[in-house]
Amino acid sequence: MIDWADTVWRLFTVFAVLIGALLVAAGLIWVERRLLALFQNRYGPNVVGPFGTLQVVADMVKIFTKEDWVPPFADKSVFVLAPTIIMAAVLLSFAVIPFAPGFQVVNLNVGLLFFLAMSSMGVYSVVLGGWSSNSKYSLLGGVRAAAQMLSYEVFMGLSLMGVVLLAGSFDLATIVDAQARGIWYVVPQIVGFVVFLIAGSAETRRLPFDLPEAESELVAGFHAEYSGMKFGMFYVGEYLGITLLSAMIATLFFGGWSGPLLPPFLWFVVKAAFFVGLFILLRGSLPRPRYDQLMAWGWKFLLPLSLLNLLVTGAVILAMA
Amino acid sequence: MAVVFYLSAAVAIVATLLVITEQHAVHALLYLIVSLLAVALVFLALGATFVAALEVIIYAGAIMVLFLFAVMTLTLGPGAMEQESQWLRVNNWLGPVALALILFFELVYVLGAGAGLQTGTTAVEPRLVSLALFGPYILAVELASFLLLAGLVGAYHLGRRDEDEEQETGGL
Repeated sequence: MIDWADTVWRLFTVFAVLIGALLVAAGLIWVERRLLALFQNRYGPNVVGPFGTLQVVADMVKIFTKEDWVPPFADKSVFVLAPTIIMAAVLLSFAVIPFAPGFQVVNLNVGLLFFLAMSSMGVYSVVLGGWSSNSKYSLLGGVRAAAQMLSYEVFMGLSLMGVVLLAGSFDLATIVDAQARGIWYVVPQIVGFVVFLIAGSAETRRLPFDLPEAESELVAGFHAEYSGMKFGMFYVGEYLGITLLSAMIATLFFGGWSGPLLPPFLWFVVKAAFFVGLFILLRGSLPRPRYDQLMAWGWKFLLPLSLLNLLVTGAVILAMA
Repeated sequence: MAVVFYLSAAVAIVATLLVITEQHAVHALLYLIVSLLAVALVFLALGATFVAALEVIIYAGAIMVLFLFAVMTLTLGPGAMEQESQWLRVNNWLGPVALALILFFELVYVLGAGAGLQTGTTAVEPRLVSLALFGPYILAVELASFLLLAGLVGAYHLGRRDEDEEQETGGL
């Protein structure tokens, strides 16, 4: 027999998470422009609607009605496929995040690995977008993206293994439960947290890590040839990326939905929103590094650091047991 | 789960065939990625969630990106597809296919003789996989780490710059 109440609840979570993530990502476009303006002593979009909030709607109307142009020299099928990959990969990752007790689309016992798998799928979007455009700026952007994201993925995975060791599980709900009963993992895993923060923002290709785009040298990098909603998907994909990253940081290092007084879901939103703000501040305040600096910093500093963190965490757990 | 298994197995076979017949190198790589994702789903249907996740992260996510990176930087002109189509002539693939067919029938015979595995019986915990790897199969793990270390040392040697060469180009 089909349990109707359960089925309806599951369908509700699926659509709530899907629509919620897209709405938050769209809203972030306005939030980021306003916050950046605040940091830079200007107003930002403040004309359309109350406080300029309808700017997003205006932008949406514009981007949907723009001519959807595929360059004649591009590899058509791959060119169309590329922007959909990032949207699909990031939206699928939201499925494993526990927003509140029992409010999770799917409870996988390898939830954390699923997140890493989807973020490594996201690489293809940028790389293929750059390649299929068949233009030298796009190709350079794509090549940079492939090297950058492949490198930073390595420590992103390694930096999270300390958390896995402490919780004894890849299951995100179990990781949050373990933190709700004990201590937030940011305390014992401060190194892992910092490495994940850096590697994660490199994965989302935002300033200071936007070398695949690098508008001052590569026009617009991998999406130089994209227009209309195909460009819009890359754009929204980036905002979905920061939302996902902030949600993951809150879940893995800051106790997820756990906290006193306020309802669990609200705690989760507060924590995630704080990190979204932090990422916007980072964008507003840090310059872009040179490409060789980016690579050297990753492989020569972050990789040994995350390996050391893993070693020390393992040793401490063994000594305590 | 049986439906998922057969569906993703079929996708894997079709995608792999297309990898071979596709004349465009990047398109062939994309089919290979699809094939690997389908294999990950096959593992998932058999209850091996941990292996499925690793299949996506390591094969589809890391190794194939490197492949794509290498193929992308080769400038494949219009001549490349012509060359590829000439390589795929009947007398080139007939021999390997005949031999592979013999192996295929042997495989079907062996699988038919033994009892098959049920799909989706229980999801295997990552913990159990680790216990098996570092328990009964520790020798295989160590051998694999030998091989990887040798590969790492070799890659380091090939990628190393000579001291005087570095001075000529003025270093980094």
